[in-house]
Amino acid sequence: MSAPQKENPAESLLIELKSSSFTLPILKLFGNDLALIGEQLSRTVEQAPDFFRNTPIVIDLSPLAEESRQIDFAGVVSLCRDLGMVPIGMRGGNAEHNHSAKALAMAILADRSTKHRAAQPPKPAAPAEAEAKNDHPPPSAGNATRLITQPIRSGQRVHAEGSDLIVTAHVSAGAEIIADGHIHVYGTLRGRALAGAKGDTTSRIFCNDLQAELIAIAGQYQVSENMDDSIRGLPVQVYLENHSLMIHPL
Amino acid sequence: MARTIVVTSGKGGVGKTTTSAAIAMGLARKGHRTVVIDFDVGLRNLDLVMGCERRVVYDLVNVIQGEANIRQALIRDKRCEELYVLPASQTRDKEALSKEGIGEILDQLSGDFEYVVCDSPAGIEKGATLAMYYADDAFVVTNPEVSSVRDSDRMLGILASKSRRAESNEEPIKEYLLLNRYSPKRVKVGEMLSVEDVQEILSLDLLGVIPESKTVLNSSNAGIPIILDEKSDAGQAYVDVVARYLGEDVPHRFINDKKGLLGRLFGG
Repeated sequence: MSAPQKENPAESLLIELKSSSFTLPILKLFGNDLALIGEQLSRTVEQAPDFFRNTPIVIDLSPLAEESRQIDFAGVVSLCRDLGMVPIGMRGGNAEHNHSAKALAMAILADRSTKHRAAQPPKPAAPAEAEAKNDHPPPSAGNATRLITQPIRSGQRVHAEGSDLIVTAHVSAGAEIIADGHIHVYGTLRGRALAGAKGDTTSRIFCNDLQAELIAIAGQYQVSENMDDSIRGLPVQVYLENHSLMIHPL
Repeated sequence: MARTIVVTSGKGGVGKTTTSAAIAMGLARKGHRTVVIDFDVGLRNLDLVMGCERRVVYDLVNVIQGEANIRQALIRDKRCEELYVLPASQTRDKEALSKEGIGEILDQLSGDFEYVVCDSPAGIEKGATLAMYYADDAFVVTNPEVSSVRDSDRMLGILASKSRRAESNEEPIKEYLLLNRYSPKRVKVGEMLSVEDVQEILSLDLLGVIPESKTVLNSSNAGIPIILDEKSDAGQAYVDVVARYLGEDVPHRFINDKKGLLGRLFGG
């Protein structure tokens, strides 16, 4: 964008318009039962409250089936705000939804594609079964997977932001590898590995030889001393199940 | 254009100065004009191990600060005319060193010497980082015990990221593992890390294994680089190291216990 023209050569330029892109989490709604939505949303936020606090989100109404398109949009926005999120925009709504959005000073964002809605088979009637699914913001889908082929030495720290991390060498004791998504170590993991660093509880850690000092997924961690001897030195995967770290041989 | 070798480790007391003196003497004896520089400002001991402590007039810091030119500070070894020593200062501290100052000195030396051996101090602070900044090759001296291996690993990380070559995206420093104070007997009974154990953790090319030897202490007391003691096993191991570094294919002689006839007959 070119710089705005100055009215008067003596005045100093105070503004500049630039283009930038941001990756934002999208809250997809599959039904209009506000109470249920509220419940499910609370539960999800509880799992990683830091992630959701002050996080800008976009509400996506496109998955709503025909019968649930009558939705209390203002109510949904309230729910989100109460839980600490910052709804900044909406997409996939009809004229009525757009009207509500404007009234709430929220942006109306581009639809992904109208084909998307048509392709969805109409959901079976029972409103009681209408679910509100929270699309877990996939930090790992944001950027390309980071690949490291050299050994990661003691004292070095690697953070794969918004992506998975793959290491095809060993990770020394005293080294720290962090990823917002999954971590794969095709070598010996001796240092610290922290996956799902921004709260993605579906992240996993895979390694060829577990000798880690500490492993963590979305904040849940376990130190070497508490690791069972039966999984030491083996190819394993680590994942979260009900807030507990599970370590299983591959 | 001189080849700059840094002898470093991270951990203290593993044998950097002993190695620097031995390697420098070894290269010089093969006819390559070599200078060995002590970067341990304030705790200098390269001059002791080289036996020239009574001839030190000017040192590295004097040269950096322009108080003497490099020719005045260099001390020629009495035993080998191709070997020179640039001692560190004993009275100043490492704040006197600077990247630019060292760079200039190395530039000057480059014209006259084939090899510049930099004896690094222990640690990962200024003295150590300056010693390795301009290096082309790094001899990482490691003892076969856990803390030394961990510190060497840390140093390798620094070599890979904080050297001039790393910063200007040139070919990285060539790293060599020198396993020092190795005792095959203790490895056998599981008290000491083996060569394989260390290589597994560090993933480095093995330049040489120097056996634990009583002769090293005697030599440094006398101010003689160990490589000059032809009867010493450690000295011989350094001879092999120099040969290997210069490209010869030399088998490793000191990894396994030397068995006498009886030992071979009756095993164990």
